Amino acid sequence: MSVIAAPRVAGTSSRPGLGRLTAVELRKMTDTRAGFWLMVTIGLGYVALAVIMLFAADPADLTLRNLFQLMMIPSGVLLPVLGILAATSEWTQRTALTTFTLVPERSRVAVAKLLAAVALAVASVGVSLAVAAAGNVVGSALFDGDGSWSLGAILPFSLLAQVINIVMGVAFGMLLMNSALAIVVYFMLPTLWSVVGEMVKALQTPAQWLDLGVTMQPLLEGSMPGQAWAKLATASAVWVLVPLAAGWTRLLKREVS
Amino acid sequence: MISVEHLTKRYGAHTAVDGVTFACEPGTVTGFLGPNGAGKSTTMRMICGLTPPSGGSATVHGVPYRRLPNPGREIGVLLDASAQHPGRTGREVLGLAAQTMGVDRRRVGELLDLVGLNATAAKRRVRAYSLGMRQRLGIALAMLGDPRVLILDEPANGLDPEGIFWMRGVLRDFADRGGTVLLSSHLLREVEAVADRLVVIGGGRVVASGTKDELLAGSGVRVRGLEPEKLEWALTTAGVPVTRTADGALVAQADAETVGRVAAAAGAVLLELRPADDGGLEQLFLTLTAGRTVKEAVK
Repeated sequence: MSVIAAPRVAGTSSRPGLGRLTAVELRKMTDTRAGFWLMVTIGLGYVALAVIMLFAADPADLTLRNLFQLMMIPSGVLLPVLGILAATSEWTQRTALTTFTLVPERSRVAVAKLLAAVALAVASVGVSLAVAAAGNVVGSALFDGDGSWSLGAILPFSLLAQVINIVMGVAFGMLLMNSALAIVVYFMLPTLWSVVGEMVKALQTPAQWLDLGVTMQPLLEGSMPGQAWAKLATASAVWVLVPLAAGWTRLLKREVS
Repeated sequence: MISVEHLTKRYGAHTAVDGVTFACEPGTVTGFLGPNGAGKSTTMRMICGLTPPSGGSATVHGVPYRRLPNPGREIGVLLDASAQHPGRTGREVLGLAAQTMGVDRRRVGELLDLVGLNATAAKRRVRAYSLGMRQRLGIALAMLGDPRVLILDEPANGLDPEGIFWMRGVLRDFADRGGTVLLSSHLLREVEAVADRLVVIGGGRVVASGTKDELLAGSGVRVRGLEPEKLEWALTTAGVPVTRTADGALVAQADAETVGRVAAAAGAVLLELRPADDGGLEQLFLTLTAGRTVKEAVK
């Protein structure tokens, strides 16, 4: 049996669309052991938190909003790691060689990775909402919980926060191109900046604008008063857009070997 | 059809590839030969748009690689069989590429069969693969998009003798169907056995290129006599330069007829008389790429 078709005389096939590339990137995030277990861990984290809250929390606090809010914590920590790995594993595992041989327009791969990251953030918020809803049902039925279904603005705000987090992860990964380094820098640098911002008096005002942890807090609490949006935008520009732009440039220029 | 013109790559003061020019025609296998560090891989990466050249250009079917809309359907590339995520299964590696290129999923199974990775091997993660299995997976990956051109960097590395024989057949068959193959190697015998054309590179420059027959024509004939001393004496007396080989035969710098006539005139019984292809390329390769000779060859 011969499966080598006769080489075609002419004809070019069309380039793969962004939808297909995004699907490929999503598949790459989940088809390795590391990616798969990271996602399972996030999912189990939601369930574990719901169970803990059912047993430990005051019945009056057992509301959909509180359950959901708690679940944003594991998402906020672990989703960015998925984003980082999506960008860095190409270099650490050298799969960039295949990726950019099949898709030489590297910016299209970068866009696909960002879209895949956003899709993942949306999916994780969806799953955490479902787990929180289940917890709320169980809470009001068996634990005498308040059972309130009111969410307010927390759903869209949390979604935005998770998107910012995971995109920041992709940006750091794109810029640093090394899994271990990017993960360490991603977690250390903002923390270091927070500590310095607290300690040095002259930095306290700028820190309110430039510390992503501080500016994102109101988002996760579901209310964005006064200058909160402007502060969030400023901090996001510094922590997300700047590394993304630098990483993008590096990605386009780097020699793949 | 691959066309490379004056391709140059400089890293600071070091010139890795220096004005390399050659072309690969449909229906042929071009062997890209050179010692390690000669610039083979850098040249191939530049052809595939992975390394930006400092000068010159390379096109595939007249188009620069990076402008091809869906290159996997035009060119199959295997630059480094080890560059795979160790946590993916062999089947998944091909599945991802098939999805990217928009190739029917069934082709994954076909290619796995073609390269001799059975169902068990396909389900295993690449981490557990030997280098030979990775090469087979890499060849499957290169051929997945049913391309017309193949660019393979050291594909024979890590393959066992059966695997090398198998690969030769696959490449020959591909070229005979009108495909274009560019195959690099430092294993001379491997290239000699399958290539129609040769491009020899040393120190970043092309030091010889042409058909295999052209390049080997100057290497003389191999002749073995019943009485080696008598034959050597006769040939030397007749003005034919000869060198002894390790196994007692002689390599004479003349055509077969001249050697045959000299032997007949001297009454020397011949046991063997044929073109000295065996090892001829090796001689060429060593001459062209070794130290000082390179500089002389490129002058």
